[in-house]
Amino acid sequence: MEKLLNDFSVGLFFWQMIVFLVLLFLLKKYAWTAILVSVKAREDKIKEGLEAADKAKEMMRQMKEDNEELLAKARLEREGIIKAAREAKDKMISDAKLKASEEADKVIKSAQEAIKAEKNAAMNEIKTHVAELSISIAEKILKKELAADGKQNELIEAAMNESKLN
Amino acid sequence: MLVKRLFSILVLTFLLSPLCVNASGDSSAQSEPNVKTEIKEYIGHHLQDSYDFTIWHEYGIGFPLPIILVDEGFHLFMSSKFHHGEAVAESNGKYYKIFHGKIYRTDAEGTIEMDEATHHPSNVKPLDFSITKNVFSIILISILIFWLFRNFAKSYQHSMIPNKKGRLLEPLVVFIRDDIAIPNIGKKSYGQYMPYLLTVFFFIWFLNLAGMTPLGIGVTNNIAVTFGLALITFIITQFTAKKSYWAHIFWMPGVPTPMKVILAPIELLGVFVKPFALMIRLYANMTAGHVVIMSIIGLLYVFNNWFATGAFLGLTLFLSVLELLVAFLQAYIFTMLTALYFGAAAAEHDDHH
Repeated sequence: MEKLLNDFSVGLFFWQMIVFLVLLFLLKKYAWTAILVSVKAREDKIKEGLEAADKAKEMMRQMKEDNEELLAKARLEREGIIKAAREAKDKMISDAKLKASEEADKVIKSAQEAIKAEKNAAMNEIKTHVAELSISIAEKILKKELAADGKQNELIEAAMNESKLN
Repeated sequence: MLVKRLFSILVLTFLLSPLCVNASGDSSAQSEPNVKTEIKEYIGHHLQDSYDFTIWHEYGIGFPLPIILVDEGFHLFMSSKFHHGEAVAESNGKYYKIFHGKIYRTDAEGTIEMDEATHHPSNVKPLDFSITKNVFSIILISILIFWLFRNFAKSYQHSMIPNKKGRLLEPLVVFIRDDIAIPNIGKKSYGQYMPYLLTVFFFIWFLNLAGMTPLGIGVTNNIAVTFGLALITFIITQFTAKKSYWAHIFWMPGVPTPMKVILAPIELLGVFVKPFALMIRLYANMTAGHVVIMSIIGLLYVFNNWFATGAFLGLTLFLSVLELLVAFLQAYIFTMLTALYFGAAAAEHDDHH
């Protein structure tokens, strides 16, 4: 301890303090402030950049999500359209079928009616023919039968009886 | 692995070799004490400040430095007047002589009168403000530091990335900010302490490194220098201290009243012990490092044979690398503890102790 005190150099202490304090002052004024501010500014910038990158990433993710949503929507819509189209097609086909069958029915019906009418006409014609024929035959028979007088009276009587029974 | 084993064998041999030499008899006993005392003197001389900047003592390579004395007037002359301490220097009608590294006022013949009781000269010691080797080195290193960091700071004007020198220094600046200042002082008030922490760190580190050079500038192993640095730390701590700091010293919160009374003087003592420890730690570490390395180099001359030469050279190299680490470590520790004391001073919360 005594040696230490003996070795203690006041001059060295004095100069050391002066030089150190001057150095401290100069460095503070001309170096540390600028260095610390610049380092901080750069760090802030890097931080900002990273944050911006994160934000951009988030935005990208959001956009992708939106796109996917949009795509899904479009797909759904397409499916809906296709489905509607298919339904429309089916409906058209079934409608057409229905119409066709209806038409066919109609045609058949009208054909049947026509046939029926024709048949009726034919029947009527046949009936008239038959009537005419039977009248002519009857006329011929009557002419022959009625050539004898007794027969005429007989016939009248028979016809009279018959009508009375009716 | 092999290298490691070889190295350990080598170290073991170092440890054993002195024994072998001692056992082998004292054929060279005549010259050995001379060598030993010479080495001891040389180390002592190396650790001491000197009045001229000697680079190579034996060949007289070096240059004189100005001597400034305040002794009933102002004296300014070059140290070459002393002729490396051998001659009496005359200035303004007074005579001075260097004795054991200190300047004493003497008569024209340079008589040093020894005090029998204290074994110190009883001559008058003038107030010595000489630009000694250490002062000169401090100024030189300070200029170097200022130039380096001014350059580094300027390089930010052109871009956000510093120049080459700056890229080397910037991580250290950031290290001091992020690993020393902020954790110990806190984000709120670390800014005001940063200039001092940075300056003290680089000041000590550069001076420690300068001490590693063969120029033999041992600035940080001088108690006056470490005292000055510790004093500044002490002053800043006391003058920036908040209320909570004083409360923790004089009236420790959270302990019973009798304990408060007991703790107050202890804490008050701690205020002074802390910077004192800073001073001694740096001084002792640097001094010890120099003494060890120089002693090992000295052993080269004590065991004057080829084996010892190789062995001690290797050990010196190893220790030098270790000292290089210590140079950084001591600067770091000084700054770290300084930041810790500042942190205690700047703390405003009462929740932790």
